[in-house]
Amino acid sequence: MATQIGRERLLAHFRTMARIRAFEETAERLYNEKRIPGFVHLSSGQEAIPAGVCANLAAEDRLTSTHRGHGHTIARGGDIQAMMLELFGRQGGSCGGKGGSMHIADMRIGMLGANGVVAAGLPIAVGAAHAAKLAGEPRVVACFFGDGAVNRGPFLESLNWAAVHRLPVLFVCEDNRWSATTPTRLTTAGPGIAARAEALGVPACAVDGNDVAAVDHLAGELVASVRAGSGPRLLLAATYRWSGHTSADAGAYRDPAEVARAKTDDPLRRAAQVLGGLGVAAAELAAIENDVAAELARAVEMAERAPFPDPAALYTDVQDIGAPTARVPA
Amino acid sequence: MPIEILMPALSPTMTEGKLAKWNVKKGDAISAGMVLAEIETDKATMEVEAVDEGVLGEILVPAGTENVAVNTPIALLLEEGEDASAARSPKPGRTAGAAPPAAARPQGAAPAPAAPAAGAPAESEVPPGTAMRTMTVREALRDAMAEEMRRDPSVFLMGEEVAEYQGAYKVSQGLLDEFGASRVIDTPITEQGFAGLGVGAAFGGLRPIVEFMTMNFAMQAIDQIINSAAKTLYMSGGQMGCPIVFRGPNGAAARVAAQHSQCYASWYAHCPGLKVVAPYSAADAKGLLKAAIRDPNPVIFLENEILYGRSFEVPEIDDFVLPIGKARIARPGRDVTIVAFSIMVGHALAAAEELAKEGIEAEVIDLRSLRPLDLDTIVASVQRTNRLVSVEEGWPACGIGSEIAALMMEHAFDHLDAPVLRVTGKDVPMPYAANLEKLALPQVADVVAAAKTVCYRA
Repeated sequence: MATQIGRERLLAHFRTMARIRAFEETAERLYNEKRIPGFVHLSSGQEAIPAGVCANLAAEDRLTSTHRGHGHTIARGGDIQAMMLELFGRQGGSCGGKGGSMHIADMRIGMLGANGVVAAGLPIAVGAAHAAKLAGEPRVVACFFGDGAVNRGPFLESLNWAAVHRLPVLFVCEDNRWSATTPTRLTTAGPGIAARAEALGVPACAVDGNDVAAVDHLAGELVASVRAGSGPRLLLAATYRWSGHTSADAGAYRDPAEVARAKTDDPLRRAAQVLGGLGVAAAELAAIENDVAAELARAVEMAERAPFPDPAALYTDVQDIGAPTARVPA
Repeated sequence: MPIEILMPALSPTMTEGKLAKWNVKKGDAISAGMVLAEIETDKATMEVEAVDEGVLGEILVPAGTENVAVNTPIALLLEEGEDASAARSPKPGRTAGAAPPAAARPQGAAPAPAAPAAGAPAESEVPPGTAMRTMTVREALRDAMAEEMRRDPSVFLMGEEVAEYQGAYKVSQGLLDEFGASRVIDTPITEQGFAGLGVGAAFGGLRPIVEFMTMNFAMQAIDQIINSAAKTLYMSGGQMGCPIVFRGPNGAAARVAAQHSQCYASWYAHCPGLKVVAPYSAADAKGLLKAAIRDPNPVIFLENEILYGRSFEVPEIDDFVLPIGKARIARPGRDVTIVAFSIMVGHALAAAEELAKEGIEAEVIDLRSLRPLDLDTIVASVQRTNRLVSVEEGWPACGIGSEIAALMMEHAFDHLDAPVLRVTGKDVPMPYAANLEKLALPQVADVVAAAKTVCYRA
């Protein structure tokens, strides 16, 4: 059943997803050409989830991300140029070149940070939501994590806390079926992720995570009820990780047929098909993809020419002494 | 230095096989996980996957070669910036087929006289004339586990992707095939959970080896490691021990930033109830891991990702077990003592080479064990050299070097001709940018400078 969605909104999603895809493919190529180091965790194939969720966030809302976090930052409106500078470890990067792919944070867009430790973002999101509640601020926190995270203690601790305190958190589980190199089903017991959330008092809804219109629609409903004060919700989005766990991982442990099958369910092509039905010409989509490719090419060119961080930056921002170099007003 | 790609084993019992096919050629860019070649035995075929990244510098064993002994170098992998002409330099004279691989050496034949290699085991630990075999640290660790698992059915391995994927860093290669899924167990991503579970299994009479994908993730489990594993013998009045090994790569890898690059040596060395081991060479990795698995106490076994692919000579002794708590003099010298552990031993040895050119003979001590610390060896050395420099990747405050400096005040004060100097990682989280990362980590030049300072030659 196709979700009803307006032409312009779907076009915007298409552009967001195209930017994420291009960023990931560029990062992969740069890594393979040894122009950037790893670990780079790619989210190709998973673009519809950040695109659909982040479109429902308001300016004051916040989000936490994962090691596979480029898409969340881009969908939230993060600066692709700054992200590329960060991947190169150069001045002007989102974190001044000191964080890298796994630690991109951008307070200008309420992005509290990607995190290199599985499930570490969940309690951080819940804490941010608790702070918002105590301060009486109307923020919603979107908390992205993967299916591997649900076996970690912080999943239980965070959902429980958020439910006890009726906190404004939308938990978004991107179920790409692989915990690093292990199929999640082999290491996960019970009736599933949604049932775990329900058992902790967090109502959960499942969605086809490769259908951006469906993600958008459901995320919209859930964000609205979270914002209205009804407590946390969990969105379980089914998708597939096209690449290996990291850019250094060819994923040789996976059945190539499984990967090939998954790639036929491409969120971008699916959106393109619906757009075709809404009267959008293929040329218009191709133009978007060309724009995005040019944007990425510019970002790479600039990043590669950018200076390395000043050696003095080694010692800056170790402690907050009242004047961190990059404090951004909350 | 080029990394040797070795003939892998389908199982720990395989000795040789056919190199059926190369899927890559000289000059190809190699990424980890890429299928490099196919090997065959009479039982099975297997794809050889790259573990490290780089550029294929040379193929040493051509496709179609039969009876290639396990661990024979089959290709050379160059790191960024190396060229193929450098490829031969680490092992002069080694060409495909020219030297019989160590494993194929006839019984009783005298091994080629080896130059006293810095990574070689201490003489007292290996009888003269013992045949040696070149192997990587990765293989030495795998062999240690396999040998102990054969010897003692209560030993088992658990951790993230240790079974099907054969280890995130391929340390558990072949173990699932030999020992089965009941003794080589893939865990979910749940460090606190499986560390605690390992402790429970140890209380229950088993000898678990718990692999952390990296020690960074063991922070999730440190409550179980300290509060459950380390303290229980004491808290129970000696009733319950906890024979368990927690192992995994520690310290800085390369360009993976703050959450994945940290040395935990001093964290664990601080805690009574634990033993803490951090080997440098493959021989020490093997002998100490076997000792750790047999030890009745919880042992933190700190490995190093960058060392996994390095090759060293390992004695071919049936049951090579080294004592935990004994340091090794990696290079004798009379002018200054440099103590280091894990990958920093390499830096200390390189610094000693530099210093020798200026007439300073440094004695390099590979601590190997951080708890217990071999105070006697350090003090005896300082009594000869009267000067001490410590080297570690970890942060300076409350570090291993701080502890050694304090111990020297207590035990060697009258022998010191200069204050002890510490070379450490800088007091900052690990930065991502290449230039800053290099600044943050101890470099050979830092060790040289510190040694010259304590010799008043700076």
